[in-house]
Amino acid sequence: MSKDNQILEEFTSREYEHGWTSDIEMESAPKGLNEDIIRFISAKKNEPDWLLEWRLKAYRQWTKMVEPKWPNVTYPEINYQDIIYYAAPKQKATPKSLEDVDPELLKTFERLGISLTEQKRLTGVAVDAVLDSVSVATTFKEKLAELGIIFCSFSEAVREHPELVKKYLGSVVPMNDNYFAALNSAVFSDGSFCYIPKGVRCPMELSTYFRINAANTGQFERTLIVADEGSYVSYLEGCTAPQRDENQLHAAVVEIYAMKDAHVKYSTVQNWYPGDKEGKGGIYNFVTKRALCAGENSKVSWTQVETGSAITWKYPSCILKGDNSSGEFYSVAVTNNYQQADTGTKMIHIGRNTKSRIVSKGISAGHSQNSYRGQVHVLKRAENARNFSQCDSLLMGNTCGAHTFPYIDVENNSARVEHEATTSKIGEDQIFYCLQRGIDEESAVALIVNGYAKEVLNQLPMEFAVEAQKLLALTLEGSVG
Amino acid sequence: MLAIKNLSAQVNGKQILNGINLEVKAGEVHAIMGPNGSGKSTLASVLAGREEFEVTDGTVEYLGKNLLELEPDERAREGIFLAFQYPVEIPGVSTINFMKTAVNQVREHRGLETLDAVSFLGLMKEKMKLVEIDQSLLNRSLNEGFSGGEKKRNEIFQMAMLEPKLAILDETDSGLDIDALKIVANGVNKLRSKNNAIIVVTHYQRLLNYIVPDFVHVLYKGKIVKSGGKELALELEAKGYDWIKSEVEVA
Repeated sequence: MSKDNQILEEFTSREYEHGWTSDIEMESAPKGLNEDIIRFISAKKNEPDWLLEWRLKAYRQWTKMVEPKWPNVTYPEINYQDIIYYAAPKQKATPKSLEDVDPELLKTFERLGISLTEQKRLTGVAVDAVLDSVSVATTFKEKLAELGIIFCSFSEAVREHPELVKKYLGSVVPMNDNYFAALNSAVFSDGSFCYIPKGVRCPMELSTYFRINAANTGQFERTLIVADEGSYVSYLEGCTAPQRDENQLHAAVVEIYAMKDAHVKYSTVQNWYPGDKEGKGGIYNFVTKRALCAGENSKVSWTQVETGSAITWKYPSCILKGDNSSGEFYSVAVTNNYQQADTGTKMIHIGRNTKSRIVSKGISAGHSQNSYRGQVHVLKRAENARNFSQCDSLLMGNTCGAHTFPYIDVENNSARVEHEATTSKIGEDQIFYCLQRGIDEESAVALIVNGYAKEVLNQLPMEFAVEAQKLLALTLEGSVG
Repeated sequence: MLAIKNLSAQVNGKQILNGINLEVKAGEVHAIMGPNGSGKSTLASVLAGREEFEVTDGTVEYLGKNLLELEPDERAREGIFLAFQYPVEIPGVSTINFMKTAVNQVREHRGLETLDAVSFLGLMKEKMKLVEIDQSLLNRSLNEGFSGGEKKRNEIFQMAMLEPKLAILDETDSGLDIDALKIVANGVNKLRSKNNAIIVVTHYQRLLNYIVPDFVHVLYKGKIVKSGGKELALELEAKGYDWIKSEVEVA
């Protein structure tokens, strides 16, 4: 027993790999939040008036809202006046091409294993790299443009495609949807925008990579994906942050709008700095992600591998409005040390014959608390709705917690809703079995955990799956029992 | 190859092994028999390095090394294999994936190149024939939903893959029907060579009809009370363990 505990301990005590900072000249807004700051951000980005008005409206609503207290997490009061809401790498002019980008910036992303130089990029992935508040570079833009695909930073979309942004911004996550979404709507800095035209199958994975670099800064990016009729896109999102003693706030919004017969796959590998072993520092990850399956037969799949952040509060959801539309949610959430996660999904069945599938795998180690919170809501009109939910929890050691909060509301008798849940512990027997075959302890835990999470990892695009497997092992290093 | 001297061990404060002496040479097959609770499985577990079992006295030398000082995974990489009485299930991990990890860690330890997917598959196909195991079984989650026979065949398949120097088969015959028993025994026999040794732990003589031992030892109350050739197993079968018990009590 004691020995296996030791293994678990070692396994879960590995250090965060991306905890360095880059020395890049930054320009930032003063600390605090008020209408002037919002005007400052909007002016920095040369935004049209309608967008400034939209932000201000969101801000005014936010000031009347209260921070949600229902998640199963605890943290000290956030002082919203002590956060910097805008930080950007100082660049002489907007870079026209990669050659114009500050080499220090490119190096930052190289170090993270993300090459922005297109010829070096893995073929098949286009990247939009976001550092603090701005998008640094987007690769493969021209190639995608040939197909009519728009893939660019959010700021650029506001400039170049205002009609699309105006039409869909806030159409899935209204500005006053919740406290953090309202905050994001007021101060969002950058993010990615993507439009796939009618009938186009995007030939490569699109990806956004977020990096928080500056201290005392919040990151508030916004991603908007619009998939026109019959289109397909697979979208990836990755993120890291330096190791800092203070907590940093990340409040993002992702909106996906899927029209008739469109199919969007959205995958996240979330690796924000989780704080140290004593629970000091780390990112507060308060994110709103939602998809609207607006058209018939549309389909959206969320896949997430959550390993980072001190606190995660996130429920990627699907509103299944179109008849025969379907939503999927595949999640692995790992918490270690003093991390807290309250994550899950909402599947709102509105249309007829709508289907949803939820597979959630929680892994808790150390002193962490890991909660699954999910809602399946079948509305009156949703004839023949189908849902299947599977929520599994894996515990490592005796000092962590796993919780499941499923909410099921069914207003139509023809619905079929299934919910399965299990809780298990990594067995000493399993570890001994591996050891006896010559597999070392660390690989044994990695093998068992990856086996447990396999159904979800299988949903990830190939190169991401390999990364995610390594990340799982890394996050849990030092923790069996 | 293996020299056990005066080995005593306990679990949860209860003394199970009381001074075992046993010497195993390369090329030999030893059978360890005994009634339930005599310490057979404990001996197997102690040799494999299971942690709940605490060695209280004695020494075990294996290929010139102090075995008791090695961690379980080091022992495995040094060539000790335990076929489990109750093979463990690992959901989501296929036997193939499991074996690939194990074989490569063992090979690395032995200074051999790790196998890529193609050569690994080649090796696997060759070994699969030994225990007449189907690849579809090896693609499934390790031991999950396997029948008793499939689990035991899988153990012997793993033994074939890892090419151990000393294999310990812990009640490999339990829960097997006669056909499965023959297949498993047949696989083991094909793996017998003058360079390796096998310890067969069993309650019944039945298995020893198929895996013919060079030596038979009878374990009772944590001690080897009788040793002999293969005919000892037959004698035991005929007279029952009570014969041993009464003989020991008289002595």
